[in-house]
Amino acid sequence: MIRSVESTGHHDGGQPSQSPADHGGNGHSAPQRFVRVRILRQDAPGEESYWERFEIPYVANMNVISILQQVAAQAKSRDGRRVAPVAWDCNCLEEVCGSCTMLINGRTRMACSALVDRLLDESADEIELRPMSKFPVVRDLVVDRGRLFHSLERVKAWVPVDDSYDHGPGPRISPENQEDAYPLATCISCGCCLEACPQFTKIELVRREDESADDFEARRTAAFDAGFVGAHAISQAMLFNGHPTGKMIADERLTALTAQGGIQMCGNAQNCVAVCPKSIPLTRSIARAGRAATVWAIRKIFDR
Amino acid sequence: MAQPRVLVIGGGLAGLSATMRLAELGVQVDLVSLVPVKRSHSVCAQGGINSVNSLTRQQGDNEWKHFDDTVYGGDFLQHQPPVKEMADWGPRIVDLMDRLGVPFNRTPEGFRDQRRFGGTLFKRTAFAGATTGQQLLYSLDEQVRRWEVEGKVKKWEFWDFLEPVLDDAGRCRGAICQDLVTMQFRAFPADAVIIATGGCGLLFGRSTMSMVCNGSAVSRAYRAGAWYGNGEFIQVHPTAIPGADKLRLMSESARGEGGRVWVPKTPHDPRDPRDIPESERSYFLEERYPKYGNLVPRDIATREIFDICTNEGLSVEKDRLCVYLDLTHVPRETLDRKLGGILEIYEKFQGVDPRVVPMKIFPAVHYSMGGLWVDYEKSSTGGLVEGSPRNQQTNIPGLYAIGECDYQYHGANRLGANSLLSCIFSGLFCAPGVIASCDSGGKKAAEESSRLFDSGLRREEERHRALLVRTAGDENPYDLHQQLGNLMTRVATVVRRNDQLAAAYAEVCSLEERWRRCAVSDSGNWTNQNVVFTKSLGDMFPLAKLVLKGALQRDECRGAHYKPDFAMPGIHATDPVEKRREAEAWCDRFEANTRRWLKSTVAACGPGGEPEISYQDVDTSLTPPRPRLYGLVGGEEIEDVWKERQNAATVGGNAHKGPAAFAGATG
Ligand SMILES: Cc1cc2nc3c(=O)[nH]c(=O)nc-3n(C[C@H](O)[C@H](O)[C@H](O)COP(=O)(O)OP(=O)(O)OC[C@H]3O[C@@H](n4cnc5c(N)ncnc54)[C@H](O)[C@@H]3O)c2cc1C
Ligand code: SF4
Ligand code: SF4
Ligand code: FES
Repeated sequence: MIRSVESTGHHDGGQPSQSPADHGGNGHSAPQRFVRVRILRQDAPGEESYWERFEIPYVANMNVISILQQVAAQAKSRDGRRVAPVAWDCNCLEEVCGSCTMLINGRTRMACSALVDRLLDESADEIELRPMSKFPVVRDLVVDRGRLFHSLERVKAWVPVDDSYDHGPGPRISPENQEDAYPLATCISCGCCLEACPQFTKIELVRREDESADDFEARRTAAFDAGFVGAHAISQAMLFNGHPTGKMIADERLTALTAQGGIQMCGNAQNCVAVCPKSIPLTRSIARAGRAATVWAIRKIFDR
Repeated sequence: MAQPRVLVIGGGLAGLSATMRLAELGVQVDLVSLVPVKRSHSVCAQGGINSVNSLTRQQGDNEWKHFDDTVYGGDFLQHQPPVKEMADWGPRIVDLMDRLGVPFNRTPEGFRDQRRFGGTLFKRTAFAGATTGQQLLYSLDEQVRRWEVEGKVKKWEFWDFLEPVLDDAGRCRGAICQDLVTMQFRAFPADAVIIATGGCGLLFGRSTMSMVCNGSAVSRAYRAGAWYGNGEFIQVHPTAIPGADKLRLMSESARGEGGRVWVPKTPHDPRDPRDIPESERSYFLEERYPKYGNLVPRDIATREIFDICTNEGLSVEKDRLCVYLDLTHVPRETLDRKLGGILEIYEKFQGVDPRVVPMKIFPAVHYSMGGLWVDYEKSSTGGLVEGSPRNQQTNIPGLYAIGECDYQYHGANRLGANSLLSCIFSGLFCAPGVIASCDSGGKKAAEESSRLFDSGLRREEERHRALLVRTAGDENPYDLHQQLGNLMTRVATVVRRNDQLAAAYAEVCSLEERWRRCAVSDSGNWTNQNVVFTKSLGDMFPLAKLVLKGALQRDECRGAHYKPDFAMPGIHATDPVEKRREAEAWCDRFEANTRRWLKSTVAACGPGGEPEISYQDVDTSLTPPRPRLYGLVGGEEIEDVWKERQNAATVGGNAHKGPAAFAGATG
């Protein structure tokens, strides 16, 4: 699956490496330091992936995004070949939009808040970037996280208001309730929790030649519906079940959470909470959801 | 007759609120966005959203005062009726967002808590932790997802808007967009198109804005004939954290809690800041403004920090402009309690603890007050006529603009926490008018012949293909962008001088020329970010030109537009008679300047792509413009004279027809 385009090796150790001659050190200023990165690339879905190595001038306070910007600008691999720029997702650059998730030195995290100095402490000679493994690769570091948003539909992660006309303020809410809800509401849909979860496995479907776009969409949705919803969606379900108006469709959310791919799939491995960049108390949400689902299941038996 | 269909470009606060409202009113919506809408730039807003509320009301506040603060803060450059309507809607909008589940901070009794923001005396700002924009955006995203499940909305995420499609009569009939994954083109027939694509910070290279804020969609509409208003008005925030990739906002509250701004007296002093003795530091804000100290108004702080680095050469670092913002003297416990969230941002992205080491900060481009010119219909009470198809419509019938990309609400300067309001307001308010416009367009776009769309499709395919084959050029688009950004930041932000602006205009023309020789390093047709970036870079030049030309021509100081050569200094005489004479002369000059320059700048794209600029009167029919005297030497004397003149005008029955007030222009 993984082929290496370039020969590895010739590490001169030390971090970051000193300027090699071909980078045009002008001789009189301080020697330019360089950062080495290896990136797992893939040209398109279904294609083979391969490693490509780059060398980037070191700048103070760099993060992985500035590395990738530089990779795009120089469009040249470490051995001097012209290569297409690496594709990746980002937007806010301040860890609040959730775009830039990738595997950095093997750990799922946000590229914009991954500081190069810290990464070099982890692995002095080279920084490794790979796309998330639980979502289909679109190209290079770009993956298709449509399933993550679909999970939000599954658990009806919204407040079912009547309309957007003026009906006065929302319900009164105690500061305790707000402080409980707010952390859950800061989920940036990055997918780190899904990448780390042993129960969340990759679903990658390819559109068939004879299949219409709508048919493909329907097949994909059905596959998503059968898979695990994920920690983020469980947590969102608990957020809305805790809201005075959101609660009015609590049963519908619990139906979703106890259906196929629901909370029962969670093995409580707690990998999710360890990698969430927003420190969202996912295990608490999962525990709450588990209790609510049990109570609801019992109630359903007696209501019959 | 077929159902109306509306195309919304952009899913930030503005685009999502319009989509929600349209879907609710029964319209089928296509929502196109460069990024998944939940990842739009609106997530970055931290501070809050303004509206009059039950608490401030009982302290003497009302919608009129919110309106007045907004136009005063904007140096009277906005048409007043839309601002009045927005202020009137404020309480309703915050109530609605509350119902949608935004976790606003609460008082012990469970009401929404509010804080005070710049430019007002009242606690008008509702907030949700330190991520108000994110929370507002999410609650709208959730409602739109609900409509998506109902089949009323179809999202097209990772799609790029390329051009509006106009019929022979000049009415907008849809748009051409491109799938950023497959690179396929597609025509979207629509009975109205709403552009909600946010600001254009990328014109300045790095800013506090997100990476998709490149202004491309607006530039493409402008090239298709839409006018651009007040382009030269760009807000610069005094304190941002300079980064290699982005300039991240450092909230004003850091200075509010005692942060001191200083530079070493020795240029680029290599010592650790903690080792530099007090006597070798210059606390330049405290020295120059003993009364306000580090809490001088935003624009003054911005100018002083800029000046000490660029003109006095006292930047802390040699290769990067910055000054120290020092909190290390404040007890750690206080910092954690009051500033925890924002100090964590600094620590997270700089890897340095600002409780121990002074922060390095510099002003950064933050907001574009200018944007697509839009119309409105004024009501008999001075607000807007709800449901009028003219509200938020550009000069192209059927083409609308809302949110940060319109020019309507903030005049020459935006007040903090007013933008989130204007985005949601313009989105909600425009919907019924857009529907009325759909119904007035005759034949439905879906019934149009495909010929109308084919020529647009072919043009865009050709433009794209022409870029792809340019692999042999000798210019690098990323380098060109950096050069454009550096140039714009140097001449068109904090301080503006005519010679520099004129030279920069020529330089932008030559950068654009060089852009034509750009090489794309990826000639493939799958998720080709390289060619998409190169294309959007090409679209930055027309906007850069209209910003520069607008700034060059506007020989005055107004809001964020500051030209030292045309500043009106305070009065310095001590002799009462002389003082009075100077104050009279000051007011004369102010009135003359108002007559000359209280006008919207309107740029139209000329045949060669050069901006053709004209000026339109501003509707100041609700409250006449008055001087902003904050911190000006001799301000009291000037104010006395000004008040006398106003009173005299009122006695003469001329209250709203003072020399400075114009009758409604477009309203
Ligand atoms: C750091 C920061 C803090 C702020 N804090 C506050 C605050 O506290 N209070 C306040 O009132 N304001 C604040 N603002 C301003 C406010 O956040 C913005 O003005 C507002 O969010 C803009 O919203 P919008 O809906 O107009 O556009 P955006 O949220 O920018 O959304 C634009 C949309 O258009 C899409 N788009 C763009 N180009 C294209 C294209 N070519 N094709 C297709 N789609 C496209 C994007 O994908 C996106 O969905 C802040 C701004 C910044 C930078
Ligand atoms: S606790 Fe559940 S959701 Fe979290 S990682 Fe484990 S299995 Fe996945
Ligand atoms: S719960 Fe945390 S890790 Fe999971 S999507 Fe949300 S922010 Fe990301
Ligand atoms: S770019 Fe937004 S989270 Fe990293």
